[in-house]
Amino acid sequence: MKAARAAGYVALTVAAVAAPFVLPQYQSQLALLWVMVVLALSWDIVGGQMGYNSFGNIVFFGIGVYTTAVVQRDLFFGVEEYAHVAGGVASQLAPLQYLGGLALGLVLGAVLAVIAAAVLGAGILRLRGHYFAICTLGLGIAMGEIAGGTDYIGAGSGLVTPLFPELLGERNRFFYFYFMLLAFTCFGVLAAVYRCRFGLALNAIRDNEDKAEAMGLRTTRYKTIAWCLSAVFLALAGGAYGNFIGFVDPVDTAFAGPTLGVWMILMAIMGGRGTLWGPVIGAMIFHVSREFLWTYLLGWDRMILGLLTVLIVIFLPLGILGWLRERTAGRAAAAAVKPSSSTSQPSLSKSQP
Amino acid sequence: MSALLQVSKVSKSFGGVTANRALSLSVDAGAIAGLIGPNGSGKTTLFNCIVGHHPVDSGSVVFAGREIKHRTVPQIARLGLLRTFQQTRVYGAMDCVQNMQISAPQRGPENARQKLFRKVPAVVTEKAESLLEFVGLFEKRRLRAGELSFGQQKLLEFAMALMNEPKMLLLDEPTAGINPTLINGIMDRLLRANAELGITLLVIEHNMRVIMNLAQHIYCLAHGSLLAAGTPQEVQEDPRVLSAYLGAQ
Repeated sequence: MKAARAAGYVALTVAAVAAPFVLPQYQSQLALLWVMVVLALSWDIVGGQMGYNSFGNIVFFGIGVYTTAVVQRDLFFGVEEYAHVAGGVASQLAPLQYLGGLALGLVLGAVLAVIAAAVLGAGILRLRGHYFAICTLGLGIAMGEIAGGTDYIGAGSGLVTPLFPELLGERNRFFYFYFMLLAFTCFGVLAAVYRCRFGLALNAIRDNEDKAEAMGLRTTRYKTIAWCLSAVFLALAGGAYGNFIGFVDPVDTAFAGPTLGVWMILMAIMGGRGTLWGPVIGAMIFHVSREFLWTYLLGWDRMILGLLTVLIVIFLPLGILGWLRERTAGRAAAAAVKPSSSTSQPSLSKSQP
Repeated sequence: MSALLQVSKVSKSFGGVTANRALSLSVDAGAIAGLIGPNGSGKTTLFNCIVGHHPVDSGSVVFAGREIKHRTVPQIARLGLLRTFQQTRVYGAMDCVQNMQISAPQRGPENARQKLFRKVPAVVTEKAESLLEFVGLFEKRRLRAGELSFGQQKLLEFAMALMNEPKMLLLDEPTAGINPTLINGIMDRLLRANAELGITLLVIEHNMRVIMNLAQHIYCLAHGSLLAAGTPQEVQEDPRVLSAYLGAQ
């Protein structure tokens, strides 16, 4: 069993590494696929494992996008110089400059996103249920508006990210491997974290927060850590996403609530919220079907996607993986209960009349 | 013996309704005390005031020599004063062992955050399983808590409380909605938890047979005030208690 699992992981890794060489024409789509996986996985920390429906996680993504773009712009060019050439043309960087700016921007973006998550969380994470959902929804929209009105970061006309230096090879392949590594890291970190006491604490908060408090759990601290963890991966994805797209628009690229912000939730719910593989599977199915739909059925794509989502929520409310797990768990439990009921203590383990 | 929990003149009102009026009671370390009274007499409100769920209007609550009326629910729980709920509260989608593991105490010298990102130690799991054995749920340990019957959930909740190694446990109707056979089992385990683990108990109970056999000292509330206090014998024979329950003649 263990060997089979290890072999599975190796095969997946080989497939992931080989994909851009085998299918070079789909390289950028595959890169986006990894972005979707990171989005879904990081949403599921708070939305699935902890049961807090956040519609505002896109905020941390946007912070990553903007921080990286601004650091890249200001590290080697002054604002005036950038404005003078109207972005782009003259912003040619040497490979090391480019990589240095990107790395610094990503790190700084992640740090800022964590600070934002901690500060926002201190207030917002006290809310529960629908109140939390509505508040985070407002947060995402507000950040888009603020970014669209701030001249320093380009306001409504956005920011152009520096050109990718040709010496570094193929641009899309570079970002494919960045997003792939990020998705693998995110998955690995979450797999490890969910196995710890922390994972149990998040599930306890999801199942009954009042009980968790009554048992003395430091719920506020755990909730904040979970949101910060989510923010790190979103900012790391966002920073490179801005460069990958090449242009930072406040509401289409950075604080893209109606698209990326909603998709990350749909993907996690489709695949199975609160499971490790659910968001990964959900992201794959969602992204692939979305691409096919708008390629071949343009105009109908959103409608069909919406219908698919509705069908999954109605018929598989636990998501694809949740449904599979429920089926196997039900069978296992039925098998386990049968032999044990005859040996159980008569007075205490029998159920109610 | 010194008092582990000392409640003095606690008052709590919700708008115009006074739920607790200058209530005082004390529970000695190692004792079992009972709290009875007709429906709506303020028993659960008093529990909520003690554990920090409701801020009290006036009075003081001293636990193990510390004033706790301004502390929050989790802080008080970490001091070793736990409560269980009248309607069971368990982590429904987690299995019984996981319910127990997360209930392990976070007290002690080690930094809680260090343990947060480490797997649950084997000793904790062993203790969880032995406590599940103690309440008779070992066979069900891999079932989800939400799939257990109401009575089994009460037992699980009790086991989770024991897992937390509290100094004192406030139990809100531990035998309500439980069949008579199981009630004897619960009583037996409450007495054993008190005798073997040294946990002080304060129990709200409507079942007179249970509370009279369990508690050494009983407080009776009516309309938010303390009506009578004493040994089970004294309280049972008090005419005011009888009239509060059955109506005055």
